[in-house]
Order: sequence, then C-alpha cells, then structure tokens
Amino acid sequence: MRTVALRLAGAIPALIGVILATFVLTRVLPGDTASYFAGPTASAESIAQIRAELGLDRPLPEQFLRYVTALSHGDLGMSLTTGQPVLDDLAARLPASAELTLSALLLAMAVAIPLGILAAVKQGSLADHACRILVTGGVSLPVFFTGLLLVYVFYFLLGWSPAPLGRLDAFASAPPTVTGFFLVDSLLIGDTETFRAALAQMVLPVCTLSLFALAPIARISRASMLAVLGSDFVRTARASGLSPRAVILTYGFRNAMLPVLTTLGMVFSFLLGANVLVEKVFAWPGVGSYAVEALIASDFAPVQGFVLAMAILYVLLNLAIDLLYGLVDPRARMAA
Amino acid sequence: MHRRSLLATALAAPFVKPSIAAAQTAAPSRRETLLLVQEYGPNSLDMQGIGSAQPVNGVSLNCYDRLLRFKPVPLADGNGGTFQINELEGELAENWQVASDGMSATFRLREARFHSGRAVTARDVKWSLDRAVSIGGFATTQMAAGSLEKAEQFVAVDDRTFRIDFARRDKMTLPNLAVTIPFVFDSELAQKNGGGDPWAKDWLKNNVAGSGAFKVESWKPGVETIYVRNDDWTSGRLPSLRRIIARDIPSPSTRRALIERGDADISYGLPPKDFKDLADGGKVKVVGVPVPNALWSLALNAATGPFTDARLRQAVAWAIPYEKIMQASLFGRGIAMWGGDGKATTAWPQPYPYDTNIDKAKALVAQLAPGGITTSLIFDAGAATIAEPMAVLIKEALAPLGITVELQKIPGANFRGELNKKTAPMAINRFGGWLDYPDYYFFWNYHSNNSIFNISSYQNKEMDKLVDGARFAPDATSYERDVKGFIEMAFSELPALPICQPLHDVAMQKNIGGYQFWPCREPDFRYLTKG
Repeated sequence: MRTVALRLAGAIPALIGVILATFVLTRVLPGDTASYFAGPTASAESIAQIRAELGLDRPLPEQFLRYVTALSHGDLGMSLTTGQPVLDDLAARLPASAELTLSALLLAMAVAIPLGILAAVKQGSLADHACRILVTGGVSLPVFFTGLLLVYVFYFLLGWSPAPLGRLDAFASAPPTVTGFFLVDSLLIGDTETFRAALAQMVLPVCTLSLFALAPIARISRASMLAVLGSDFVRTARASGLSPRAVILTYGFRNAMLPVLTTLGMVFSFLLGANVLVEKVFAWPGVGSYAVEALIASDFAPVQGFVLAMAILYVLLNLAIDLLYGLVDPRARMAA
Repeated sequence: MHRRSLLATALAAPFVKPSIAAAQTAAPSRRETLLLVQEYGPNSLDMQGIGSAQPVNGVSLNCYDRLLRFKPVPLADGNGGTFQINELEGELAENWQVASDGMSATFRLREARFHSGRAVTARDVKWSLDRAVSIGGFATTQMAAGSLEKAEQFVAVDDRTFRIDFARRDKMTLPNLAVTIPFVFDSELAQKNGGGDPWAKDWLKNNVAGSGAFKVESWKPGVETIYVRNDDWTSGRLPSLRRIIARDIPSPSTRRALIERGDADISYGLPPKDFKDLADGGKVKVVGVPVPNALWSLALNAATGPFTDARLRQAVAWAIPYEKIMQASLFGRGIAMWGGDGKATTAWPQPYPYDTNIDKAKALVAQLAPGGITTSLIFDAGAATIAEPMAVLIKEALAPLGITVELQKIPGANFRGELNKKTAPMAINRFGGWLDYPDYYFFWNYHSNNSIFNISSYQNKEMDKLVDGARFAPDATSYERDVKGFIEMAFSELPALPICQPLHDVAMQKNIGGYQFWPCREPDFRYLTKG
C-alpha cells in the first residue's frame, strides 16, 4: 500500500510537467482558433469578439492561471469542435477506446505469447517461420492500411462483417451505461443480442489493432524465452529429469514473463495512441480521433484534456505493471 | 452555480430522450427511416451561436422554421431541386407584402405551433431576429449582408402580424430571411431555460426550441444525431420520412463502402474521384448541383509581391492547365470557367476569356519579368484532396515560364490566419456566397473593403463604384450595366483567376428521391423520400 502511495506521489511532478508543457505547446502552435471558428464570412470585429469570449486575448500567464484554477475544480474546459465539456467527451469516449484497445491487447497476447514460446522451443520449425512472417507483417503494414484492407475484404467483398458504422449498428441502441464497455454492459442486463451486435462491430478493428500489437509481444516472448531456456537453471531442471512441459511452463515461462510484461505496458500505451487511425477507418467514437480532430482545429481544451488523461492513464499503467512484477518475481518486490 | 447547471444540461443532452409522440404511434419502419453518413455532425443545435460548424445549418433547416423559404426549382436532370435567389415562398408567413414606398415588409403568420405546443407569435419572430442581429459572430454578419442590422427594424404588430422596417432598399433583405440564420425560436421556452442569459445561448446550444418539421431525438456530438418527424408540422407538406439517423463516419473510404454496399441511404462529402466512380458505376445515384455563386480560384496578390502588374496575372491565366486540373484534381465534377468569348453577361459565375496558351504566357513574362520570378503558393490542407493536385499542376505549368513556385500546405486552423495577413503572393481558395448575386460575390472578394476573402487585396475605386452601384441599383438597366461592367473589368484585371465552379455532389441509393439543394448545402429531410 505504501509503495502505491509513494509511487503516486512520485507521479505528481510528472503530471505538473505535462500540464505546463501541453499548455505551452498548444499556445505556441501556429493557428488561430478564433478565426477558425468565426465562420465563413467573419469580419475582424467578430473574430475579435470570439477571441475575447474564449479568453484568448488575455496574456498567457493569466490564461494559464484560469486553466489551472478550472482544472482544480475538475473542469477541463469546453470543446469547440463538439460543443460539449471536455470532461464529458472524454468520459463518453475513453471507454470506447479502452474497450477496443484492451480487447486487441488480449487477442494479441493470446496469439503472440504461445506463438513466441513455440517459436523459441522449436527453433527453425514451421511455427518459428510462421511467427517471423506474422511479426514482419505486423510491423510493416500500417494500421490504416490493414484496417481498410480488412473492411474491403470482409465487409465490401464478402459481406461477412457488419457495416463499419462505429460501436453499434445504426438501428441498435446502446446498453445502459455502467462501465461504458458495450460488451460488459450488455451482458450485465442479459441482452445477448446487443452483445453479439457489439462484438460483431469489434471484430475487424480489434483484429487490425492486434495485428499491430502482435509483433513486439511475439518477438519479446521468443527472445526472452530463448534466453531463459539457455540459462543454467533450466539446464539443471532438465538434468533433474523434469518433464519438458514442467521445464518450459513452470520454470522457463515464468522467468521469461518479466520482459514480456514490460513490453505489454509499452504496447498498451502506444496502442491507445495508435488507434487514432483505426478509430477513423471504423468510425469508432474514441479519444484518439477526438484529439486529432481537435488538434486540426486548434481547439486547445480537448487536446490538453486528452494529453492529461493519457498521462494519468500511463502513470496508473506503469504502477500496475510494477505491481505485477512483484507478483511474477519476488526479487522485484524486495527491491521496491 | 452557473457552471454546474451548464454541466448538468450538457450531461443530459447527449443521451436519448424518449419522445412521447414516438411512443403513441407505431415506430417508424426501416422504409420511413433514412440512414445518412457524413464526415462530421453538428457541434451545436443553434446556428446563430458563435462557433457553429457547417452541419448546424442542417439543424436550423429541419428543426426550425423561417418566415420565408426559397422555392424548389427542379434540376434539369430531374434528380432533385435547387433554388433561385428571388423565388420565395412563405414558411411561417402565410403571405407578405412590401410597402408601396419599398421601405418595409409586413408578414401575416400562419397558425403554427412550436414543438412545445405553444402557438408561434410575432413576438417569437421578433425575439429570434433580435437575437440574430445582436448575438455577434457569423449570425450578425450574415444578417447585415441583407441590411438587417438593428433590433428596432423588427416590429411585432400583433400576435400574427410582423413587420420589418428596411434600413435601406436592398434586394438581398427578403432572400436573406430564407437562409439558415433568421429562424424562429420558441422565445418563452428559451427565456425560461436561459438561466439569466437573455439569449439562452448555452441552453439553445443543447436543445431545440423550434416549430420545424423535425425534432432532435438524440444528439451525441461526434457520433450521431437522430431526428424524428414532428407530426404536427403545418408550415409545409408533411415529410414522408419519419426518422433520420445521421452517423458521423470520418473516413471517406468507409463512407464510400457503406453507400456502395447499400447500408447507408445517402452519403455526403466524398472526394470528387469517388463521386465520379460512383456516378460511372451506376449502382447508386449521384446528384451534382453546381454550387451557385461559388468558384475555385487562384488569387494572385495585387497589392504586394510579384503579381501587382495585371498583365503578369494575365500571363498566369494563359498558362494554367485548366483541362488537366479539371480531370486530375476535380475528376470532371465541376463546370469550366475558361474559354469564354470575353463578352460579359449578368450570369455569375461565367467563363473568363482565357485558355491554356503557353506562347502568349511566355511572351508576356518575357516582356514583364525577363529575370523570372520565385514565389510561393498557399492552400488549405483541409481541402487538399482537390487543392493539392491543383497546386502541383499550376507549379508545373509555371516552371517553363521562369516562375518558380514553392507550395505551402497550411493546416485548416492556420489557413484563415494566413489569408488575414494578406501577404501570400498566390493562394488557392474556394469561395461560395449564400446570396446568389454577382455583386455579392464581388463585394466579398474584389472590393476595397478588403474582407478576408479578398485574398489578392485587390483595391480599385472604379471596381468599387460598379459593385456598389449594382448592389443598390434603382432599376434593372443600371443593374445590368454595372454587373457587366465589373465582370468585364475582372476579365482584364484578374483579381483572381477562376478555375471552375464546383459541383455539390451527394451520393444516394436509387430509391431515394426528392433531393433538394439549398445555399447552406446541408440535407433537407423535409423533401427527401424513400421509395
């Protein structure tokens, strides 16, 4: 418990840095929010009026002070692109991104870790080559390309997948919000029809994202498994006549997990960012596409809110990974 | 307190509000439901509000009524309708009459009801128009374009009689009442919920208080907007569609796949290549309406930089590869604005008397800038699908003349800022004026008032005289003389080089009928049918 509190306290300077940096960065970026939102036939006066209304005519320190004051009340400001408070937008959109990312990560793990282990155990076999091909493919195919390709084949040509209209078909209605995860929420009320509909919408984007996440996980699993299998204690275990299964899964796998865990943390955080393009292709109402839209329009508040949310998420994620380390490897617990 | 109530309304707004009407009658069938896909949806429900994006016009059109509306004019190919700026009909107004001195108009209101059930009165009309001229931003600018400037001009004579006193005789005053800004709010409902704000800006941003043919059933910004028909609408023929689902699908490839597979009924905003492919493919219907009063043009800065001499601008006009641009950047989805005979008519836009003639261009450049020119061209990254190939072709065509052009792609938010600086030597831009008059176009683009759209900062007293003359012309003869005068002047002076008039394309399934184009370009669900 103390470790958790200490770690969280340690994250505070980082968060302050993030707040300051995003504020400064959004302000130094070229681009004039007021003239963008002034509309097609804006006169100089109406632009000035909008600027005053948004508080953009104030000196920077004053703007920052207002921003921080609002922030301390939990107010992230208003988004001009959606016309809603940023906090509401993020709250509505973060579950969509998280559901997509988590599912993709689980799928990628389910495929990549066994594949990596298999490739390490049977070096040079068919499985090893398959692993290599998949990894190379996953790394070299850009996400938007894989996404569009999957849409083209499975929706446009074959018609197996439902229309890429977002999280649910246009004629279905969303389950009541509990977690914001449609899969979970629909099961909570026992609505299997909505569950199936939401799942069907998720298949293609999840496959796209997991193909991207697969590569690093499989590579690290394979490499770290190879290193572990070549180490002294595995040789000892083998010499003691333990079954290959016990050697690989009980002794090898557990020790090989540490670097994999580190990679998982990294993969998860960059998946959250990388799903911007997937969100665009599949009309997924997530935070990534939200932040990019806002950035293009020089709409500061959502960008700042997004970066802050990501920073907090990242801090929590790092913490979770560190705690998991302790579970996997008692030595890590001692060091902490 | 204020912040909290704002948060509460905003929190409540995006979620589905069950409509009472829908519960009483049978749910709309798939045949009465339209699925529309678009790049992005409304960021507010109040078109008069500051910062409202383009799709908010659609909310104004479908959920609110105006005093007047444009009469639908059938398109030549029978695939829908467009409008004519002077052909008006009553929407909330049963009839109207302009006073004999031409300085006011009196409107008799229909017996119409707001969604709240309250009768529409002249006081609501006055409150709404007062709001439009006082709220600032785009709404106020647009009202002023039709000489609607002060709240004192609007008079509620009695419950059903409303009068507008004109600031001056302006032919744009009445047409300007039919655009998507001067729509009528339920003023009592708005004021009751305004929470101290006399114009209820925050509340109206998230709530519709109108009398229009549709109500907003649910609005999730950035995701979808659902409209349901107002069965009690009496200000026009009851729409045949009962429910509209408008989904925001950011990727154009996905929007195209959806319409081609038949899952979406109607798709907005595809790149011109996709519209061409869809039109050629014949599986879906593509309706392309020439956007009235709109042009893609190349502006050459007339006040500063290398192109201050009109003859050099002419040289560029002779060098532009018009036909190539039309094919490679617009895929034929436009109307040629070159190859005219040099005799101006009162039509606008109309072809300029230039064509691709490299020899003429070379001769002019050799005479005026023998040392060659190094310059730059800016275009909006947001319009890059069209503007980028256009810019590249222009750069290529000017290179043999000794004009070296550096291309600068400017992100959307910065582009307006760059235009406001008025220093760019070359810029590609698309301008469209809602009020379809040539003098309106010239006023914004080529007049010494030097608005942001006068990208070339062209200033010429003679041009101003003709534009102002036409704007307030006392009779048809002098109007015609002035319009022809300024268009002919533009032919030789070239404040901007027109390239083409864009088509406004919409792709729809073959069973969708009644497509209607308006100046705001947003879909009008009141006319659409699904067979």
